[in-house]
Amino acid sequence: MSARKPYIRPMTGWWRRDPFFVEYMVHEGTAFFVLAYALELLAGVLCLASGESAWNAYRAVSGSAVMLLINFAILLMMFYHGYTWFKIMPRTLPPIIISGQRLNAPIITIAGIVVAVLASSLLLAVIYFLARGV
Amino acid sequence: MSEASIKVSVLRYRPEQDQQPVWQDYSVPYTDDLSLLTALNYIKDELDGTLSFRWSCRQAICGSCGMMVDGKPQLACKTFLRDYPSGVKVEALAHFPIERDLVVVMDSFIEKLESVKPYLIPKDARALEQGEYLQTPAEMDVYSQFAGCINCMLCYAACPQVGLNPDFIGPGAIALLQRYNLDSRDGGADVRKALINSEVGVFNCTAVGYCSEVCPKMVDPANAVNINKMASAKDFFFRFLPINDKEGCK
Repeated sequence: MSARKPYIRPMTGWWRRDPFFVEYMVHEGTAFFVLAYALELLAGVLCLASGESAWNAYRAVSGSAVMLLINFAILLMMFYHGYTWFKIMPRTLPPIIISGQRLNAPIITIAGIVVAVLASSLLLAVIYFLARGV
Repeated sequence: MSEASIKVSVLRYRPEQDQQPVWQDYSVPYTDDLSLLTALNYIKDELDGTLSFRWSCRQAICGSCGMMVDGKPQLACKTFLRDYPSGVKVEALAHFPIERDLVVVMDSFIEKLESVKPYLIPKDARALEQGEYLQTPAEMDVYSQFAGCINCMLCYAACPQVGLNPDFIGPGAIALLQRYNLDSRDGGADVRKALINSEVGVFNCTAVGYCSEVCPKMVDPANAVNINKMASAKDFFFRFLPINDKEGCK
């Protein structure tokens, strides 16, 4: 008879075992804020489709102090979500070779963030000028 | 003269007497160049001959002495106790069954390595008189990073998805698969594709990324897994098109 009796350790609470896993759960958790904002925008579209009074009610709720505070929290979470997204990006891409040298990870991350900031600024500028009727 | 010592706590598991693992403390004479592996060997030779652990080369090339050091997957030979002034806690590699003390059951890992067909499957069969398969240094550079793996299994101990689903073929085996898929002499990507696309394949990965952080040889298994996710998705969505990529998960 074999004396072997391999012991399998439980996985309960695995994400609390290492700060790396805690950070992973936090940055994955920020996705819920992205979802919350998508639902908020969807509600706006539905209100807009329902007529002027619904749209005005939506605007009034959006402008309330509570919603501004919630949206500020969502914005901070989205910044963090975006940052971690670009941080892991080099691990998801095939090697990028430029003049015989492999592009290193921090450059890919920084390039991603710069492009995201530029694209967001451009979008903001377009919306700003559209809103002003230019 | 009293000499300095350091506490090494080891998670012991002796299947013939323990129902579950128990911590046991040892006091080991300390020197600045004391590695964890040397400390464990001191315990085995001088304090407690019943302690079991795997080791061989003492220079981070054989991949035998992987264990959890203060909860992180590390090679004992590459860990120096001067970095743990208040003592160190050591246990067997996470996400593997414990055979005894610091020794894990690695059968599943070996089976996973075998399952990726980690050998050249030549594109074109060559007769012996045609000579060897040639490769340029640039062609070798494409895969050499993934060839650095020493099968130490630290990446498996770093991957919570391996712990949650032990059938997942895991970071190390997929890095090895990628090493062969990227080899200019190899034509086996299509054969390996079924495993990549399967229930135990790449989509078990949730991009935690810790596997690449803990690798002692600077291999990037997370990259191998994620590149293959893209290849697998392409394979799924474009499989009906006549221009199907014959090279598979490159």
